[in-house]
Amino acid sequence: MSDRKIRVVVAKPGLDGHDRGAKVIARALRDAGMEVIYTGLRQTVDQIVDTAIQEDVDAIGISILSGAHHHYFKAIIEGLAEKDAKDIIVFGGGVIPEADIPSLTEMGAGAIFGPGTPTSTCATWLKEAVAKKREAE
Amino acid sequence: MIEKALSGDVRAMARLISEVENETARSEKIMREIYPHTGKAHIIGVTGSPGSGKSSLVNRMIASFRGQGKTVGIIAVDPSSPFSGGAILADRIRMQEHSGDPDVYIRSMGSRGSLGGLSKSTYEGALILDACGKDIVIVETVGVGQSEIDVVKIADTVCLVLVPGMGDDMQIMKAGIMEIADLFVINKSDRDGADKVAAEVQLMLKMFHDGTGWYQPVTLTSAETGSGLEELSDTIERHRRYLETSEEGELRLKRRLQWEVEEIVRRRIAKATELAWDRRQEESVLENLYRKETDPYRVAQDVLVSALDEVRSGQYV
Repeated sequence: MSDRKIRVVVAKPGLDGHDRGAKVIARALRDAGMEVIYTGLRQTVDQIVDTAIQEDVDAIGISILSGAHHHYFKAIIEGLAEKDAKDIIVFGGGVIPEADIPSLTEMGAGAIFGPGTPTSTCATWLKEAVAKKREAE
Repeated sequence: MIEKALSGDVRAMARLISEVENETARSEKIMREIYPHTGKAHIIGVTGSPGSGKSSLVNRMIASFRGQGKTVGIIAVDPSSPFSGGAILADRIRMQEHSGDPDVYIRSMGSRGSLGGLSKSTYEGALILDACGKDIVIVETVGVGQSEIDVVKIADTVCLVLVPGMGDDMQIMKAGIMEIADLFVINKSDRDGADKVAAEVQLMLKMFHDGTGWYQPVTLTSAETGSGLEELSDTIERHRRYLETSEEGELRLKRRLQWEVEEIVRRRIAKATELAWDRRQEESVLENLYRKETDPYRVAQDVLVSALDEVRSGQYV
């Protein structure tokens, strides 16, 4: 009767104050049956990493509009590795140029969803990614 | 993993809570092993209606307990969707300033179908935090109405958070949530009407108090400005000492143990009957019922008997 819910942190690192995208995705993941820990605006990398570990999540979704995506993805992925939590999936969305996506995925980002992506695409991808991760455990 | 958690490893502790929350095969073993380590923490329940400022208040409470050098664990429950089963867990937004503090652990839980203001695993989660060495465990309920009172079963001290504008004094006299408070907190005290609510609560308490035991204090707070927080933490400490020095503490612990055993029994029977019923359905019992070859009472009796056989065979230990 074990019902293992998918748990996700949705966070907005840095200083830009537009969180509509993060809220839309949080709500969509909720409607896909996931438990979404919403941490709000202006999170530091350490806060995001600590939250993910305390909440024992499967994934972190970050929304970045500021252009600092390389910096934040790198810092979060490294932060997780330092705390022995490399298995947590990191994905994101926001205003991220297509040309930057390959270097982000190389860094370890699971997927990047640009503006206009249907939210169901994101939820379906995450469900599959988590299933794969759990199989590997 | 259990040893790692008991020695303070955050990831291991978080994992233990997930195992229990997901009711995995290991969850019972985990609870049995941590059980001897429990009983040291002071469990504080914080309950009240949606938007009354519980999370912000908890955030302030964390700061004052940390100021006293105490370690703090928090379990904050938000409602799960009855449709998708998903949830937005957003209590910790108000507490993020503490997320870097290694002596503060915050865990969000979805209510996952429970209707009493907590989730099925909230108490187990609190016990794990207790066993892993947190001095204070704060349990924040979902935003409640009048009758979600499960927190009273698991907390040593129940704080009921009220705000101005909640209605007249008849609301305060009603049964249910108003009966479970060890202390009343009137939050948003910077707003009009806070003094009036406080006075009404105090009057009610005076009118109906039997003159013995604990006298529920009323504290005015503003989680926004921090006013009244020192008084609140003094009051909580006073209640803790009262429990220690009166018979009430022991009485409550025994009541909690009784409830815990009953709860485990109920869960095991529920699990066993569910399995037994599933098996019966495979044997086309519904078809037989439909054709009136048997009746629901007879089927229920059969299901119970085979469920109890399974319990007896020890499959659930």
